[in-house]
Parts: sequence; C-alpha cells; structure tokens
Amino acid sequence: MRASRPKVAIAAVAAAALAVAGCAESDREGSGGSSKDTLVFGVAGDPKVLDPSFASDGESLRVARQVFETLVRPEEGGTKVSPGLAETWQPDAAGTTWTFKLRSGVKFHDGTDFNAEAVCANFDRWYNAKGLMQSPDVTAYWQDVMGGFAANEDDTLPPSLFKSCTATDATTVALAFTRVSSKIPAALMLPSFSIHSPKALEEHDASNVSGSADDIKYPVYATEHPTGTGPFKFKSWDVPNKTLTLERNEDYWGEKAKLKSLIFKTISDENARKQELRSGGIQGYDLVGPADVEPLKGEGFNVLTRPAFNILYLAINQKGNPKLADLKVRQAIAHAINRQALVDSKLPPGAQVAVNFFPDTVEGWNGDVTKYEYDVDKAKALLAEAGASDLTLRFHYPTEVTRPYMPNPKDLFELLSADLQAAGIKIEAIPLKWSPDFLNATTSGNKHDLHFLGWTGDYGDGYNFIGTFFDRQKDEWGFNNPALFEKFKQADTTLDPAARVALYKELNADIMNFLPGVPVSHSPPAIVFGKDVTGVKASPLTDERFSTAQFKS
Amino acid sequence: MIRFIVRRLLQLIPTLFGLSLLLFIWLRRLPGGPETAILGERGTPEMRAAIRHNLGLDEPILIQYGRFLRRLIRLDLGTSIATKREVTTEFLQRFPGTVELTVTAMVIAIGIGIPLGYLAARRRGRLLDHLSVGGSLIGICIPVFFLAYILKAIFSENLGWFPSSGRQDPTIGATRITNFFVLDGLMTREWDAAADALWHLVLPGLALASIPLAIIVRITRASVLEVLNEDFVRTAEAKGLTENVIRRRHVLRNAMLPVATSIGLLTGGLLSGAVLTETVFAFSGIGAFIAESISQRDYPVLMGFIMIIAVVYVLVNLIVDLSYSLIDPRVRVR
Repeated sequence: MRASRPKVAIAAVAAAALAVAGCAESDREGSGGSSKDTLVFGVAGDPKVLDPSFASDGESLRVARQVFETLVRPEEGGTKVSPGLAETWQPDAAGTTWTFKLRSGVKFHDGTDFNAEAVCANFDRWYNAKGLMQSPDVTAYWQDVMGGFAANEDDTLPPSLFKSCTATDATTVALAFTRVSSKIPAALMLPSFSIHSPKALEEHDASNVSGSADDIKYPVYATEHPTGTGPFKFKSWDVPNKTLTLERNEDYWGEKAKLKSLIFKTISDENARKQELRSGGIQGYDLVGPADVEPLKGEGFNVLTRPAFNILYLAINQKGNPKLADLKVRQAIAHAINRQALVDSKLPPGAQVAVNFFPDTVEGWNGDVTKYEYDVDKAKALLAEAGASDLTLRFHYPTEVTRPYMPNPKDLFELLSADLQAAGIKIEAIPLKWSPDFLNATTSGNKHDLHFLGWTGDYGDGYNFIGTFFDRQKDEWGFNNPALFEKFKQADTTLDPAARVALYKELNADIMNFLPGVPVSHSPPAIVFGKDVTGVKASPLTDERFSTAQFKS
Repeated sequence: MIRFIVRRLLQLIPTLFGLSLLLFIWLRRLPGGPETAILGERGTPEMRAAIRHNLGLDEPILIQYGRFLRRLIRLDLGTSIATKREVTTEFLQRFPGTVELTVTAMVIAIGIGIPLGYLAARRRGRLLDHLSVGGSLIGICIPVFFLAYILKAIFSENLGWFPSSGRQDPTIGATRITNFFVLDGLMTREWDAAADALWHLVLPGLALASIPLAIIVRITRASVLEVLNEDFVRTAEAKGLTENVIRRRHVLRNAMLPVATSIGLLTGGLLSGAVLTETVFAFSGIGAFIAESISQRDYPVLMGFIMIIAVVYVLVNLIVDLSYSLIDPRVRVR
C-alpha cells in the first residue's frame, strides 16, 4: 500500500526532529536558584560594547557601572566626588599632579590584585592609544576629557591633558596633568575611566582595535571578557535574545550584591516595557514615560525620581537671523515665553523652570541673576524698540525622540511657538528627525534661528554644563564673546574649588545678561522597580547601584 | 530542472547589482550621517568631521561604492558602525529569530487559512462563510501593531498565559548553537528551553499571521469555488466518487495553485512586516535591527542586511516555483 503524502511528510518531520534531538551538547549549568535572587531589568537599547573605554552610549555605561569601578565615584544618589577604588586624593601645590591613595585587598574578577601598577597600566593604555583607537567614535570620552594622546596621529586633535601615571608604591598612584583643569578629579568618575585587569587586557588583546578606518573591529575583550573589580561579574551577552547577564562577585571587597544575578533585557518600545513590567516578565525599567509615572505609582510600583541633572534650553542662533544679534530681540523672546505653563502642563512631576543653564544640584548655581518673567507686552515693546516687529524665525524642533530633559518635543514646540506668535513673532516650524538631521541642522551652518536642545550632566562640575555650551565660538549659538570665553578659561584653570565655584556664579550671571539662549527647565527622569524590589537609590547621574537591590521577603 | 535553477540564480547577479547601487545612492542621499547618531549632543563639528573622514563619507559616492563592491566580491559585508561587529555576525544572530517568527506566522496562516477558506467555499452563503469572509476583512484592515498591543494586553497582562516580549526567558540559560531557539532546544535536549521559545512565538506569530491568514482564506475560498464549478468535478461526482476523494484528488489540488503563488509572495512580505511585530514584542530579529540601523545611519548594516534579504526572497520564490510541479504535474519547469 502506498502511504499518502501527508503521512510521508509527517513521518519525515518526526524523523528529522529525532535526528537533531540531542545531537549537540548542552553547556548549561544547573538551573539558577529561585527567581527571588534574579532581577530582570528592562532597558531601551542593547549596549554597544562592554569595554567602557570605547563606550559613550548610556546602556553600555550602565553595564560598566556594575562590572567596573573607577578611582573616584559619585556619592550614592548624588553628584559629589567620593571614594571609589581610591580612598583619598590630593593635588600638589601647582594643581597638576594628583596623588590617589588606593584601597587595598581589592581583586579583579580574574583573581589578580588591584594595585597602583594596575591603575597605571590602564592610564598608559588609554594615553598610548594608537591607530584606530584614536578614532573619535572609539575613545569619545577620553577625547572629551583629555583631548589627545601621547602621539596624536591626527593634526586636529588637541594636546593631551593627561601627562603620566606613576606608581609610587603598591597603594599610591600619582597622575600628572599638563595643566590645571576643572575636570579633575570629577571626570574620573566617568565609567570610561574604569580600571580593568591588566592581565585580562593583555590576554584578550584589548587594545587591538583592528580593521580599517571605515571598517573598525573591536577586539574580543570588548564584547566577551570585560574584567573589572565591581560587585557583579560579566556572565554572558545573549545578543539573539537581547539579554545580558551579570552574576554576583563573591569576592567583592565591599558589601556583596544581594542579587545572585542581574539581567538587562532590551525592550526598545516604551509601552512594551510597561506591559512587560505589569505582566511580571521584568522587575524594573528605565526611561519611564512622564505620563506613566502617576499611574504606575498608583498600581503600587516603586517609581523613583532622579534629582534633575539636566537642562532644556531654547537656543538662539545670532548668525541665523541678523536681528537676533540684538540683545533686545533676545530679551523679547525670553519675556514672550511662558516657561512656568510649559513646566506645569508638559513636563513630569517635579520639573522646575530653569534660572541658570545648570540645575541647582551643581555648585555655582546662582539664584541672583537677571530673570525674564513672562510678559507679552514687554516682549512687544522690546521688539518695537529694536525695530523687529515683523520678525520671522525658523524654529527647529526634533521629532521621533524622547530625551530625559525633553519628553515630548512637539508639544513643547507648540506651546512656545504659540507664545512667540502672541508676541508678534512669526514662526516657521521646521520639524526634523532627531538623529542625525536635527542635530546636524542645529549645530552647524546658520539655517537655524531657534531650536530646542539640552544636556544631561556627565559629572558634578558646572563646566560640564556651561563650558560645554559657551566656552568658545560654536555654530549652535553663532556668537563671539571674547570676554566670556576668557572667563571660562580662567574658571577651568582655577584649582581652588571655592574660587572656581565663585567664578561659575559670575559666569551664570554674565550668561543670563548676555542671553545667548533661554534656559527652560530641569526635568527629573524616572526609573521604576517592581512592587517587591527595594534598595536602589535613584542617581542624578543614572549611576544606580544594582548591588543593593533586593526582593522583599 | 537544474538548468532552470542555475538560470534563476544567475539572474540574481544583475538584480543584486542594480539593487545595491540604488540602495547605496539612496542611503547616502539621506540627510545626515552616522557621526551625529554616535556622538549625540556631545559632538563638536570637528569630531563629526573626523568621523566622516574616517568612514570615507567625505569621498565621492562612486569611490565609496567601488570600495563596497570590492568587499562584496570577497563576500565581506564590513562591520557595523554602531557596534563594530561584523555585519554577517549581526545578521546570523538576528535572522534566525525572524525566520522562526515568519515560519510560525505562516504555519498559523496556512494551517487555519486553507481549511477555513475551503469550508467557507463548501458552505457558501451560510453562517461560517459570512463569518470567515467578514473576519478576514477585519484581519486585513486591523493594523498589526494595534493587534499586537491588544493580544499582549489580554493574553499577557491580564490572563498571564503568554510572555509579552522577547524570544526566551533569560533565566533559563539555554545553550545557543544555531540561534534558532526551538531547534537549539531540541538539539541539546533542553526541552524546557525549546518549549519556552515556542511559547514566546505564539503571540507575535498570531499578530504577524493576521494579514496573510486573511488573504489565504479569501484566495482559497475563491479558488475552491471556481474549481467546484469545473466540468471535471461534476464528472467525478457523476462517476460516484466519494466526496473525500473528490475533495483531495481533484478540488484541493487544483485550487492550490493560486494559493501557493500567494504564499510565496506573502512569505517575502512577512520579512518586512516583521519590523513592527518585532519592535512591539521586543523580539530580536532583523526587522527591529534594520529600523534601529536606519535611525543610526549604520550604512554597512543596512546594505548588508537588505542584500541578504533580497537573496533570501529570490530563493523563497524559486522554491515556490519549483513546488508548482509537485502540486500540478502538468507544470514542468524548464
């Protein structure tokens, strides 16, 4: 009897299944304990790389903060420089050499000792970077903080701020710099200055960034073997499943992590993260939509609000419309917009109207600066005085993006453009896709008059905010103000913290008089954890420590 | 038959060449570039210029294309600008997810669509017919992402029957061999891992199946109705053959030709339809990765992925063409 085709097909599938079944080795260890010691945390994107020396995206840095440690780190829940792998630090009289006293008894995840030589091996690795490692998309933060390298291969690179590292004894290290800088020591809190195991760096050829300039390949260390001293060790990065698993470092020098394992799971869609939290698949997530904060709180989830450490500003480009070079016109714009209404109606709970270009959590904030209250009549009068009553401005705003300081750019644009129109300014709306169109259009050329942009601080020093915006001529603002630039230089090279803070206060006052743009608001971003998860303190720098997270028993 | 296959494969070469040229020019004409995506608010004009220079984006477009072709001939698709991993590695880690999802959706669509379409035709004008025709209209109209949210809200958030995102529970710690999670589970006898992966496929599979299911129901119904009116069916009935035999040997077989054609086209379409489903279900596949790569202007990833998808698309349709001869012995490929 001839078997019918369906039967043959079913038999074939069954045979194939039997043939593949068990044909490969399972490399799985015994199933990992109760779910009470594993936290799955939802993140918005995959990390790009696991070696923080090469990272500049938030998700890579989040992983690095659990696996690695830096010489100094932000105090828990704050921005102040506090002890990390170094217990104390001190500059010399000239302010160019900093001596760090290191913690003893610390071991890297590969069992080797952490000591002064290990620290110098790391700084030497960054400083002596060659070839493709000097590419600005590979070592972005090093270049941001230190400028260049021992031997710059590109003429456009500035000279290095870093000069040398000396291991005085096993627990003392001296870092020498070419000049005094406001960035030291605060910038050393950045995860990009994490200390790696020199043995692991060597073993996995960590500095071998290969390929060609248009085809860069990271060494295997950067994707498979990150080896630090942190409370969690790297276990696996399951790219096909969009998850990254860390496990407790049982030999950690400090208080050991409460969780046995910590899993970061990528869920790029904001709504999908919320649904997954509710269905129990994850026990926390970041980048909570402002509209979800209250509902999630109401359902009993632990919504933590980070102290605001960002600024949203309305930038004015003085090279755009020539009328914008007139201070009166800029003052008119500042008076025309109702920032309080914007904060009340469009930003998350806890947001504030900005008075300076940095939040009051940063030293040097100055409440005693020129303020521009909402006053439409005054705005109209100023415009008339400046002979700019028929002003038309091109207002750029980004689409398809949520930034921590700007949850809904289109709504913000609509409010502010209505305000400006009420004061008699005509607005030409230019919506652009955030990346790269909007960023390109607003930070180069001079086709932009007004736009939204903002910044989240990297570390707790005022220069990281206002210096980034205003310490030199930039296409974004289109002005040249040598006196202002000179004062920035002075602040940057002032060693005494108190004197520097005094200069920041002056600078804030100067900026608000000169009014290159209007500071709009500071928004506190939220992070949420499951109903039974406790122990995590929200950090303004997004430096949340998962090692203290635990489930209520 | 072999000559047919060889000829079809040779046709691929000019197709791919034309596609790559068009795509290359189109991608480079998009405003902006990867440097802004990499640097964000942090970038200075100098840093952006340096990255553009390093990536060779400041050179004439034909020189850039020439470099791409030289690599392509060596089957080297380059590395991702964002992750600095090889494009082929990125593809092999994500494509299996999309294949699993597409196959699940097609199994659902075919498994339900053909019987339903057939029954609707046999019970023409009755309740089942109206239900399936009306239902398929809804299936075509309802946006996939909307359906996805509804499915998740009901079956995951409220009832808790199915997981709402991902391809597998990460705490299982499954072994990876081929990155086809179900297959890997079978191969390593990690039955729980295979079952969990299957479980994760149900909701996204259903969401993605909605449109092809609706189309297959309609085509099957129309095609069966047409065949039922053919003379040979009447003859078979007059000969006194049982309904079972008529259905299997005569009606279904003849009605399947247009259905098979549409299945081939639909499968190709699903590869692109997967973008939304993958994003909403945080399902790791090529669709979600392509969407991400567009916003990052990750040119090598986009070029590489779309070239490979084009090859796969042609191969799927080649298989469909070959299957005609199995369904209908009168069709001989030459």
